[in-house]
Amino acid sequence: MARVLIVAEHDGRSLNPSTAKCVSCARSFETSAIDIAVLAGDGGAVAAQAAALAGVTGVIRVDHPANEGALAAVAAPQVCEMAADYTHVFGPSTTFGKDLMPRVAALLGVGQLSDIMSAESAWRFKRPFYAGNAILTVEAPQDRPVVATVRTASYQAAESTGKAPIREQSVDAALPAHTRFIETRSDSGGGRPDLQTAARVVPGGRGVGSKENFELIYRLADKLGAAIGASRAAVDSGYAGNELQVGQTGKIIAPQLYVAVGISGAIQHLTGIKDAGVIVAINTDAEAPLFEVADIGLVADLFAAVPELIEALGG
Amino acid sequence: MTVINTILVPLKRVVDANVRVRVKADGSGMALDGVKMSINPFDEIALEEALRIRERGEADEIVVATLGAQVCSQQLRGGLAMGADRAILVEVDRELEPLTVARTLLALVQREDSQLVIMGKQAIDGDNNQTGQMLAALWGRPQATFASHLSFNGGVATAMREVDAGLEVIEVDLPAVVTTDLRLNEPRYTKLPDILKAKKKPLETITLDELQVEPETQFRVLGIEPPAQRPRGVKVGSVDELVQALRQKELI
Repeated sequence: MARVLIVAEHDGRSLNPSTAKCVSCARSFETSAIDIAVLAGDGGAVAAQAAALAGVTGVIRVDHPANEGALAAVAAPQVCEMAADYTHVFGPSTTFGKDLMPRVAALLGVGQLSDIMSAESAWRFKRPFYAGNAILTVEAPQDRPVVATVRTASYQAAESTGKAPIREQSVDAALPAHTRFIETRSDSGGGRPDLQTAARVVPGGRGVGSKENFELIYRLADKLGAAIGASRAAVDSGYAGNELQVGQTGKIIAPQLYVAVGISGAIQHLTGIKDAGVIVAINTDAEAPLFEVADIGLVADLFAAVPELIEALGG
Repeated sequence: MTVINTILVPLKRVVDANVRVRVKADGSGMALDGVKMSINPFDEIALEEALRIRERGEADEIVVATLGAQVCSQQLRGGLAMGADRAILVEVDRELEPLTVARTLLALVQREDSQLVIMGKQAIDGDNNQTGQMLAALWGRPQATFASHLSFNGGVATAMREVDAGLEVIEVDLPAVVTTDLRLNEPRYTKLPDILKAKKKPLETITLDELQVEPETQFRVLGIEPPAQRPRGVKVGSVDELVQALRQKELI
């Protein structure tokens, strides 16, 4: 039977919700173990959160100063060492997992599956390609580990109702010194919900016109308690940070409500929101492709409509 | 003396980013007949970055390479026209999984004694986002993935990476693999004289056998299907109607 090891994504203090989604993916097929590996400088708090996830059978806590920066080159040999006890090694399809899992797979001498969106069995999976214009069903061989990333937008996070045992493990693998973490720079948020997990998202596109005008997007988002998003065009133009990009090469998200303002809806953008609950599009161009997938479309000048909407949402 | 003698830039021939591709009616694959093909956009960014590094005097030579049928030499010529010095086509007659591609690239790195590989973070057809990381692993060297800025100081590269939380800065010792994100640069346009000049630049064709790479297929494709369609929505005529519609769905 399948034994799944999930590599936890975290910032040293909190477990990223992407990990709980990987657990849900693992729970969708028959397993005899779902363990989580927490590689950190001091993984106490994160390991406790991982142990609480429903369905998890154990947590392996690996504390090492070299694990502070979450570098793929440092983490991969440690994950490989643990992989011997498992049939599957999963990570989230976030920049963390995309960086790490192919390196793990190659060190193990096996291929990797990207963006699992559903599992038909422990060895049969569906994944999107061609910017989500096609869905592939693939079968992995059973005689070698399945290394994969899980498309987080396809799964609900496992609940925190469990209490799995935590064991500590030391690092035996030789860790490379050729890669060094310097710093993280982040100016997003401002107390707003996280784009990847928010129930509501208000993204702005090229139509917003400037970084200053993006203030309008912030105001609408705050009115709705929503996270901010952006199209590639808006990020390329410097209206918003890269971490806010939604789409094929940005974040793939599944909020309950997506209120797109001034976004025309290139196919690469639509890929990022296919699983959204309700998509609202506000755009002056009635022919914008986003209207083809929007549940509610409003053809209007955003500079008139958005202030009116903010007003209508009241206080 | 430059630190980097040869930068290897792998280029993949893919369906042009502006083409809306569909699954064939019989589900046997994608409908690609007569569709415009281009260099994978992320690979074009990789080549542009390599050109800038060479123009700054930090590298001597740029080699572009691809794996595929003879027709892929079109994209290699495109890379030569952009400014690469020479090209290598590893001729193969079938789709290769990323691990085999990475093994092939490693053989090329060793053959060319390259200190730096710059490549796209993903190809827009397979959307795998694996090959660069796999190459770095097999090579036992650093990876700077999703780079949006890159600089060199002696044998050390500093890369800014586009990550989910924002931007991350890492330092890697050369040799290394860098994979590109969208904001690294804006690739130049090729001019007609460059296209003509590119015809005279060396383009070598070799085989996997010569590189001693055994292709391996691990994943069995059981089917390809179009994605589920979202039901057609409604258009509203005013902000008031929009608010009503949202209330009806209990979203506000």
